[in-house]
Amino acid sequence: MEELIKLTAHELLERLNNKEITSEEIYSALQKRIKEVDSKVRAYVRLDKIDELTNQRTKEPGNKLKGIPVSIKDNICTEGYNTECCSKILEGFRPPYDATVIKKLKEAGASILNAKANMDEFAFGSSTENSFFGPTHNPWNLECVPGGSSGGCAAAVAADEAILALGSDTGGSIRQPASFCGVVGLKPTYGRVSRYGLIAFASSLDQIGPITKDVRDNALLMSCICGYDPLDSTSVNTGVPDYTKVLVNDVKGIKIGIPKEYFIEGLDSEVKSALEESINKLKTLGAEYKEVSLPHTEYAVPVYYIIATAEASSNLARFDGVQYGLRVDKTESLIDMYKKTREAGFGNEAKRRIILGTFALSHGYYDAYYLRALKVRTLIKQDFDAVFKELDCIITPTSPTPAFKIGEKIDEPLKMYLSDIYTISANLAGIPAISIPCGFTKRGLPVGLQILAKPFDEETLFRVAYTFEQNTPWHKMKPKI
Amino acid sequence: MDYEPVIGLEVHVHLKTKTKAFCGCSTEFGKEPNSCVCPVCLGFPGSLPVLNKVALDYAIKVALALNCKVQGYTKFDRKNYFYPDLPKNYQISQYDLPLSKDGFLDIYLQDKFKRIGIQRVHIEEDAGKLIHKDDVSLVDFNRSGIPLLEIVSEPHINSAQESYEYLTTLKSIIQYLGVSDCDMEKGSLRCDANISVKKKGAQELGTKTELKNMNSFKAVKDALAFEIERQSELLNSGKTVVHETRLWDAKELKTISMRTKEEAKDYRYFPEPDLAPFVIKTDKIEDIRKTIPELPREKMLRFIKEYGLSEYDAKILINSREGADYAQNCIEIYPDKDKKIVVNWITGPLLSEANNRNCGLSDLKVSPKDLVELVNSVEKQEISNLSAKSVLTEMIETGKPPTSIIKDKNLIQISDSDILNDIAQKAIEENPDSVNDYKCGKTNALMFLVGQAMKKSKGKANPKTIQEILKRRLADA
Repeated sequence: MEELIKLTAHELLERLNNKEITSEEIYSALQKRIKEVDSKVRAYVRLDKIDELTNQRTKEPGNKLKGIPVSIKDNICTEGYNTECCSKILEGFRPPYDATVIKKLKEAGASILNAKANMDEFAFGSSTENSFFGPTHNPWNLECVPGGSSGGCAAAVAADEAILALGSDTGGSIRQPASFCGVVGLKPTYGRVSRYGLIAFASSLDQIGPITKDVRDNALLMSCICGYDPLDSTSVNTGVPDYTKVLVNDVKGIKIGIPKEYFIEGLDSEVKSALEESINKLKTLGAEYKEVSLPHTEYAVPVYYIIATAEASSNLARFDGVQYGLRVDKTESLIDMYKKTREAGFGNEAKRRIILGTFALSHGYYDAYYLRALKVRTLIKQDFDAVFKELDCIITPTSPTPAFKIGEKIDEPLKMYLSDIYTISANLAGIPAISIPCGFTKRGLPVGLQILAKPFDEETLFRVAYTFEQNTPWHKMKPKI
Repeated sequence: MDYEPVIGLEVHVHLKTKTKAFCGCSTEFGKEPNSCVCPVCLGFPGSLPVLNKVALDYAIKVALALNCKVQGYTKFDRKNYFYPDLPKNYQISQYDLPLSKDGFLDIYLQDKFKRIGIQRVHIEEDAGKLIHKDDVSLVDFNRSGIPLLEIVSEPHINSAQESYEYLTTLKSIIQYLGVSDCDMEKGSLRCDANISVKKKGAQELGTKTELKNMNSFKAVKDALAFEIERQSELLNSGKTVVHETRLWDAKELKTISMRTKEEAKDYRYFPEPDLAPFVIKTDKIEDIRKTIPELPREKMLRFIKEYGLSEYDAKILINSREGADYAQNCIEIYPDKDKKIVVNWITGPLLSEANNRNCGLSDLKVSPKDLVELVNSVEKQEISNLSAKSVLTEMIETGKPPTSIIKDKNLIQISDSDILNDIAQKAIEENPDSVNDYKCGKTNALMFLVGQAMKKSKGKANPKTIQEILKRRLADA
């Protein structure tokens, strides 16, 4: 039984198909594993719900996932089960509906874990330290952060506490923790996956995506969740391929760009050399390389922190104590209730971003900040458009450093923000990007490689990622825990 | 000194769509509180808006009817402010790229039209409703998310009466389009006003105040009249007008200051990221234009031209589309060339019956054919005017045709001179005092005797004939 939890979803599916195992066996093995190790990793919140599982297995489990459990980040709504964004202000909030991705997963036969994966409060952070429930620990080194904000998902997958996981990515929140934990994380094209039921951080940047043990699982989970949703006006009505069918071990003739702006000061030397080796590997497999320029890269972080916080300040306005979640009673007036509820309910980073965003949208500053940021965002997108006219994809490090120590950057928000320096451009441009394991540091921490492609070309990402994975050992490494 | 008011009106109209602006909830009025709600209109975390296409079509229709330029490219914005009836604490509205702009509306003043500019017409969502009870406040979100049109006029309105005309004209146009009830009592039409006064002929505008809480067109007119007076008096006594929001107090009939402090409102508008900007194709606009019926102004002019109606009558008849259609049907089948007679019946007794019942002309159970038949009976002197009015009342109450009522009640007018002579004789015999009065020169006494005779005939005597007979007999006596 012990080894079941080490398997990937596609391996488990094969055994389920051959009737060697049952989905109940998978689930009880997973439960056992979580109970054993989550006291160290703390990937899940409200662990008391771990014995509960939701699925729609009335007769036969759906064919695609056959009862395989999926772990869900705490900002994706699950009907009747707490969805709190790891924030005190949403304490006790049970959505009356399922997010579209949850509906789709249930239709595909997945079982949904009702204990949710830990995250930075409202996805504000790069380390999962901003969770109301306390930090998640990196399974490769428990003193280190798992990255964030989908740190719970990535750590759970890395520690075999999850078979498949769904995270969300606004500026790198899937890819950076995937990189820190040595797993595969995809941020799909904006509009590819419905956001209905994802508690919004920055609506124009958010996307839900899969975090998995390998590329095939990622393609499998992605195939289950993507597609047009009439409930999300920003989801795009375009054909969806079966991503599991595009996984070929072949990159011959694939044209890859290496942006010079990404290999700069601040890039950890071990990360840099892991990347260079990986690039050479792909070269020997037949890919073509070219150095390219994304000239507006240096503005990505400031642009992101204006747009994302502006949208967040408005999205989070609804948490006011009136209808759901926390309300501080015994207040003098309506305004007093708002103030005290929000003061008690939001953590420091949430407050910081609400204030920043409110400022950026304020009269007299809008043009200088928000409007200008929108314009630069267009320039950043045009940088990518230009590159993709000639090339199939771009490869960069996922994060400039491997996982850092818990507490190391928590008091220095600007340093923390730079941890997303390579990931946020994909969100600003709306393009898909995947992070896959590409090596380890001497101290045994995983390093991630990021592949970016043109909008709605997840196929190329999967193809390149799959080929790399098939020819490298990194995805098979397991942390000792 | 004489001051001239400068007024701009901001009107909000509920669009009569079956479902709300951004979700599938019902828009029905008067349902149990919080029974027409869902995660979207409750602003639940994770929910997303999807634009109701019918609301967009309706909005375009109104914009076109108000001669606005419908924009090919438009978007929604978020208007951010905290209030418990606003579940997301932002309202989905339109800011710098409204659905349409630069239109106008012609209002009719005595004998001429005046053109009032329309700055913009845009779509937004309504908020919920607060209910204050003792020491608690409750929120009903049934109204939350109902599609609203905001119609902003240019400051081209220069009197309280003009504002009234603007509102009635606007209401009638929107009702003609069938896209809103425009019922102020139910809150499906609301109006705020901006008003300042300036010296007659001056270019420079005065400081304006914003008026709220007017619950009827008359209240808007009264509030503006009060405010014009108030501001003029302030200026005349050397004081200044404070830029503020004032509430109309319908009991005290005055405006009162709501915020004295000049608070800078900062709604932090920004593009709604949950709804992509969208393109409205010219074809679509033209298709919608084709569905616009003849509007009140055109109808009024046509009634005057085709039917020879007075402006006064035409204006009354075109007030509602159904009423105008009804009147037109009556006029078309009325055989006489002079339409005045049948029109008088419509604008007179029929309209007053409708007003008494608080309904429209077409809601009364009187078909144009029946009405014309009734009018004909009077014209042919088959029944008296007086009887006809009671027949009309019964027609409305029972829906029966006039002929059967006239027959059942035996109301055919008596023109037989023998019978009328007898009746006149009796009236004279029974009222010797009046006869004396008449002989002494009090001509009014004749009318009294006519009345008595009419009474005796149960209203059936031909009043003209009986008067003549009485006159003759009194002269003879």
